[in-house]
Amino acid sequence: MTLVAGLFDISTQHYFVVGALLFTIGAVGLLVRKNTIVMFMCVELMLNAVNLTFVAFSKALDDAAGQAAVFFTLIVAAAEVAVGLAIIVAIFRRRQGVTADDIDLLKG
Amino acid sequence: MTAWLAVAAPILPPIATPRVDWPTVAPVVAMFGAALAIVLLRALVRHSRRLVDTTSVVLAFAGMATAAGFLFYQWHLVRETGGYQTFAGAVAVDGLAVFVQAIVLGACALGVLLGLGYVRREALELPELLALLLLCTTGMMVMAQANDLVVVFVALEVFSIALYVLSAFDLRRAESQEAGLKYFVLGAFSSAIFLYGIALTYGATGTTSLTGIATFLAGNTLTHTGLLLAGFALLLVGLGFKVAAAPFHMWTPDVYEGAPTPITAFMSAATKAAAFGALLRIFAGSFQLYVSDWRPVVFGLAVASLVVGTVAAAVQTDVKRMLAYSSIGHAGFVLIGLQVANAGASGNRLPGTAAALFYLLVYAVMAIGAFGVVQVMTQRGDTHHALSDYRGLARTEPAIAGLLTLFLLAQTGVPLTGGFVAKLAVFRSAVDAGQYQLALIGMLAAVISAFVYLRLVITMYAPNSDAENAAAEGAEPAPRVRIDPGAGIALFLTAAAVLVLGVMPNWTLDIAHQATQLLAK
Amino acid sequence: MTTFHAPPLAASVMTEYYRQYLAVAVFVGAALVMVGAMLGVGALLRPKRPQPEKYITYESGSDPFGTFGQQNVRYYVYALLFVIFDVETVFVFPWAVNADHSGLGWFGFGEIAVFVLILVAGLGYLWRKGLLSWA
Repeated sequence: MTLVAGLFDISTQHYFVVGALLFTIGAVGLLVRKNTIVMFMCVELMLNAVNLTFVAFSKALDDAAGQAAVFFTLIVAAAEVAVGLAIIVAIFRRRQGVTADDIDLLKG
Repeated sequence: MTAWLAVAAPILPPIATPRVDWPTVAPVVAMFGAALAIVLLRALVRHSRRLVDTTSVVLAFAGMATAAGFLFYQWHLVRETGGYQTFAGAVAVDGLAVFVQAIVLGACALGVLLGLGYVRREALELPELLALLLLCTTGMMVMAQANDLVVVFVALEVFSIALYVLSAFDLRRAESQEAGLKYFVLGAFSSAIFLYGIALTYGATGTTSLTGIATFLAGNTLTHTGLLLAGFALLLVGLGFKVAAAPFHMWTPDVYEGAPTPITAFMSAATKAAAFGALLRIFAGSFQLYVSDWRPVVFGLAVASLVVGTVAAAVQTDVKRMLAYSSIGHAGFVLIGLQVANAGASGNRLPGTAAALFYLLVYAVMAIGAFGVVQVMTQRGDTHHALSDYRGLARTEPAIAGLLTLFLLAQTGVPLTGGFVAKLAVFRSAVDAGQYQLALIGMLAAVISAFVYLRLVITMYAPNSDAENAAAEGAEPAPRVRIDPGAGIALFLTAAAVLVLGVMPNWTLDIAHQATQLLAK
Repeated sequence: MTTFHAPPLAASVMTEYYRQYLAVAVFVGAALVMVGAMLGVGALLRPKRPQPEKYITYESGSDPFGTFGQQNVRYYVYALLFVIFDVETVFVFPWAVNADHSGLGWFGFGEIAVFVLILVAGLGYLWRKGLLSWA
């Protein structure tokens, strides 16, 4: 029984690792994907990975400040969604496509 | 629900509400209030567009004047009593905060002046532009005062989100849209990295308060510094994006080129000041004990920025892009100041923080001036900023060519301009701290960058054979460049400031020096 | 190592803890068996007469076109408004549950009133800009 209990024993460290993995998935996704909406979702994934890390640290340190920080991250993420989608929609209206490769007017 | 509340009530201790120190936040409240009033005015008054436009300009300047007045008051308060903290330690009122806020506020005023004529020429919405500029400045001012990493993050996002919209403000122009989207994607990426840095630093030290972090690091020896150092690195990357330091500069040329020119002017000056203010407060303040860990990284960033800023600027054929790359180079010079931030704090030596602050002020003036000239030169649609459009400008528009020459010479670091004193201050602080290598690299970069600026100056003073041939054949001459009153005032102010800072720098240098010594305890 | 169910529990208590999840496991198993039985018995009993028309989306004849995710752009404004006002509740809710007994008093009320008024100003701007009407 102790073996089974040990298997299910999820420590805070597991949460940090999951947070780091999610953050990395988001960062890599942002760098390799071409669709702006997907890039956008990757940013959200990164922010939520940070949220997970904050809450895990908050639990490990027994300090509520980390959980309060998550509130602010949530709000900021929502505001970013609003502005980012507005810009994407504005571009979409013009040229019927939101692939990063199409957006190449500015270079040099 | 009531039953649950009744049960919960005895468990919860009363929440201590922080004392609201109104004079401390008055500049921020004035700016935000003005922005909110403009938004409401735009929404509620619909019959007269002219009335709305005029009132918004008045409101914007009233907000900025009020903020400036309260900043002045804060400066005197800080000089008398020293820096202090308020709002439960989340906000710092000190010399650094006041100095950076003053730069940001000035950049906002100049940005508004430049924007007035631009909005009329491009038929854009004036109230929205003013409200966004004021909101953006509000975020930057909070960032300069922030003494808690979460406050830094919220402030960073407030001004970043406003800047994304401002970059894409000219929605009909595809370049502007593209600048907005590119800035948004990379900006959100850097914000997420910065936030992860906050989380890791919080995990390592148990607090997000910058003072708390300094106290914790002073009182505890960490056996495993990995978490803390990873946090430092991510914070540095996040802010490095915002100050456009290489190798986190990829967005800079595209965004500076595509954004409406007054926004580029404001953004280049104010974002750098605000983000460097936070960098100085976080790294030179809270992480000072681990200076041997972050100093080599800042050294690398400084060298990379200097190299990228000078080499890449040399091959640009677009003046806005060229100035964007030079902005990366200037970030490198300020990073030299950060590198030696507290090294020269004792005795008669110039601390790097003071040199960095002075450089930020001078850069703000030079950059807004140069981009202001570019704005005057561009024609409807924000076009005509290729290098070839400046050929022979000295003959057709001697005044504009003269102004641009002044700003470019200042960016080169020619004596009698503010740029010379700023570079000298940075190099002196590096030499005082014994960082001869960095000072040498900086001087080399300054010499090479002279080529970049002189190329544009020579282009302006070279004869434009094409135009003369065309004129000889009786073709329509190029339209005269018109300087609208707002841009005229902005250019006059920046040109005067560049000269005054170059000829009589001591007063401002003293203030920058004092500002770094009046830090919040 | 700190765990999320500290203090460490005795083995018997742990068993009880996991026994509570037994019901979930039984539920999952029963669901799988039921679905498997319904689909499997049906597949065994029903006659098989394959026709290509059976595999198109609409037998009425109109071919579906476009790719996944192409919604009409105008819906996004409503989605955004929902997201923003929904998320702002995160700040209002902690104040609401603490309002009457935590000593926040008029200070707390003033703070939340300013917060809500700023949101209302934004909503007013959207309204007058015509974003709330079905365009």
